[in-house]
Amino acid sequence: MFGRLTWDAIPFNQPIPLITSLVVLCAIGAVGAWITAKKYWPYLWNEWITSTDHKRIGIMYIVLALVMLVRGFADALMMRAQQTVAVGASQGYLPPEHYDQIFSAHGTIMIFFMAMPFIIGLTNFVVPLQLGVRDVAFPTMNNVSFWLTASGALLVNVSLFVGEFARTGWLAFPPLSEKAFSPGVGVDYYLVALQIAGVGTLLTGINFVTTILKIRAPGMSYMRMPIFCWTALASNLLIIAAFPVLTATFAMLMLDRYLGFHFFTNDGGGNSMLYMNLIWVWGHPEVYILILPAFGIYSEVAATFSGKPLFGYRSMVFATLAICVISFMVWLHHFFTMGAGADVNAVFGIASMIIAVPTGVKIFNWLFTMYGGRVRFTTPMYYLVGFMITFVIGGLTGVLLAIPPVDFIVHNSLFLVAHFHNVIIGGVVFGVMAGYTYWFPKAFGFTLDERLGKIIFWCWFIGFYLAWFPAYALGFMGGTRRLQHIADPSWQPYLDVEMVGTVIILAGIVLTIVQLLYSIKTREQRRDITGDPWDGRTLEWLTLSPPPHYNFAVLPDVHGEEAYWTRKQTAIKLDRLIDEPNYQPIEMPLNTPVGVICAFFASVCGFAVIWYIWWLAILGLIGAFAVFVWYAWRDEHEHVIPIEEVRKNARERRRIRQEHLQNLSQSI
Amino acid sequence: MTSSEAAAVGLTHGGSEDTGLGNRGPQSKSIVVPYGFWLFVLSDMVLFSALFASYAALVHATDGGPVTGQLFDRTKVAVETVSLLLSSFVCGLAIIAAKRKNLFWTEFWLVVTGLLGLVFLVIELREFAGMIAIGAGPQRSAFLSAFFTLVGCHGAHVTAGLLWIGTMAAQIWTKGFQPHIGRRLLCLSVFWHALDIIWVAIFTIVYLIGTLP
Repeated sequence: MFGRLTWDAIPFNQPIPLITSLVVLCAIGAVGAWITAKKYWPYLWNEWITSTDHKRIGIMYIVLALVMLVRGFADALMMRAQQTVAVGASQGYLPPEHYDQIFSAHGTIMIFFMAMPFIIGLTNFVVPLQLGVRDVAFPTMNNVSFWLTASGALLVNVSLFVGEFARTGWLAFPPLSEKAFSPGVGVDYYLVALQIAGVGTLLTGINFVTTILKIRAPGMSYMRMPIFCWTALASNLLIIAAFPVLTATFAMLMLDRYLGFHFFTNDGGGNSMLYMNLIWVWGHPEVYILILPAFGIYSEVAATFSGKPLFGYRSMVFATLAICVISFMVWLHHFFTMGAGADVNAVFGIASMIIAVPTGVKIFNWLFTMYGGRVRFTTPMYYLVGFMITFVIGGLTGVLLAIPPVDFIVHNSLFLVAHFHNVIIGGVVFGVMAGYTYWFPKAFGFTLDERLGKIIFWCWFIGFYLAWFPAYALGFMGGTRRLQHIADPSWQPYLDVEMVGTVIILAGIVLTIVQLLYSIKTREQRRDITGDPWDGRTLEWLTLSPPPHYNFAVLPDVHGEEAYWTRKQTAIKLDRLIDEPNYQPIEMPLNTPVGVICAFFASVCGFAVIWYIWWLAILGLIGAFAVFVWYAWRDEHEHVIPIEEVRKNARERRRIRQEHLQNLSQSI
Repeated sequence: MTSSEAAAVGLTHGGSEDTGLGNRGPQSKSIVVPYGFWLFVLSDMVLFSALFASYAALVHATDGGPVTGQLFDRTKVAVETVSLLLSSFVCGLAIIAAKRKNLFWTEFWLVVTGLLGLVFLVIELREFAGMIAIGAGPQRSAFLSAFFTLVGCHGAHVTAGLLWIGTMAAQIWTKGFQPHIGRRLLCLSVFWHALDIIWVAIFTIVYLIGTLP
């Protein structure tokens, strides 16, 4: 009846997962009770859960990312604590089978459910605004994408309480991840959760490529798109080209595990190196899927806070697209030790070094954007400068790893682990934190507290260096990754420094929550009245904060490369606003429960597959098809916002802007 | 300031210069929807390319079991190919009939499309069953795992296509030719043609090369 699912799946004899899951369940219950008591469910359902508004969906993605950041960081903290205490004679407090699940969950969650939702959330929120349009190409599909991602995140977290998670590392390499060596449900949780989330991500990629290429404000030609849109385009093109490979690869591993196929097994002619090749054909572009939009955020931040157009906009575009293409030609550098031979390794080594060139171009672009500008050192700017220093170091260690003979020595060592944390924390995390701070006032109408923001930056910055620079040294001293126990007591000082760094990062994460609560409490003092708190240059600052559901009463006409800056400067010079346009009623897509229902069936079906409850899986599929048919039969697609409402809101915005213009003129 | 000066700097509406790329604002749904669907089809092709790569890497990993030449029958595959390609042609006829808003012929050609797809699927399943019966199932060797996955994935797509054709035919029957239903029909035909392209590659790489003397 319930397949493999029995009471043994609940970890009654393991206090750590048991207590954690009880605390989490209590927290969820408390939040649910609070929402019920305050009667917030209809609001949540109508305004958020079923919303097709790209801004709302973006914010939900970021909330998911922040929650998963806490979860993933809790894993990191446990690992660091284990390595700090389990030195020499001590065995620490985490047995190997538990420790292995933690490092697998940490990597999986941080990449798939923290970094990806954060980047996709920012893309969702910002891109349609920057393009000067009202929504993405497929608003309903956008909602579905989010809920499928959430469904994947749910399944990964359910594994904490029901069953176990993979003990195979974050990419589940065979033959270890095959049935013969991992007979439990851990790898199945991993595979099913990522398959579901992966479909969501693929749909996002299709949605944003279509949006950016086909839906832009009048006059916004390619070379007038803000650089963040370019990087989002490159990132989503990579999603379309890379995520199907991930789906196919995981499908093959699932066939091995569920039906006894022989793709990657040791017997039957299977070839586990095929998995390595396929997974890294996805995996290397994946790091650029994450970092390119972060580069876009840094570019917007650099231009805005230096008060100058981005230096070398065109070279930035070409560098982005060059990285987009070359990222598919370097995958083999993840396993030079496979033994493909000197020639093959040389080709991939050189390609990996070449990809550093367009990245270097970008660093100079940001530096020259700051050079000669009126630089305002706000929090996002701190992240930019911190990123440039940190990322160059991470890039240099990357070029070192691209040399095959060197890679043979440090392959799978702590040097490698330090390298990728160097570029992911120093690149992606700093980037999304900068974007979070930069666009927060646009989303909510008030800025985040700057003082706390800078303290959070210093926590991340100093914490990162302390936590990861000793790991470079340990790597050279022979430290391999994923050690549950450290045999050599002379490493203790390095591990202690790493622990201190991790605690400092913890302080940064706690302060991020404090900053959010404090900023909400003191929001009246930090209102963004004008919709343009940073003296911005791109179209998202044209509309009010938070923007109306439809973003723009009339789609802006784009003149010149910096659409909003050009318009603002002209208005200041001529001391008058743009002529009042003829307002029209606006058609907007209806809300839809299809995403959350779809994710419900995906979760049920996924859970059933993990536990071999086949009748439930079939029921889930039938349910999903029924929803599809029901949705396809709908007659209403859009609702119309009446012209009176559009006009009223737009006139209010004009009044605010007129005042703002007078203030600006007086200050000049 | 004259109105033309104001227009030149963007202080009036509708005056943005044509940038020569046709970027006069957002495209209509009749462009956007098929464009997005094309991107999905491309992503599907990428998925198949991973399966093709695996097949190519594992085709000789037979583990002492049967090899390609012993398993494939060119005649059967020829019948399969003809029925699938013919069904695409018929699907094209359905689109032409739908453009003329002719309900009977649209439905008729859609049903014929589905039936031809069904013929293809039945032949394929019989081939699979025959192979499994002689001990050449997907668990036998890495080569057979790759074969069943590649060809079976195409078959799964055809099955999904049949479900879609059925739903589409029912929808046109009940709702008639509305613009959004027309767009869906166009997407369906793109999907169905794309499956042909994949099949031509499977036909060549798996069956033709596999039965070379």
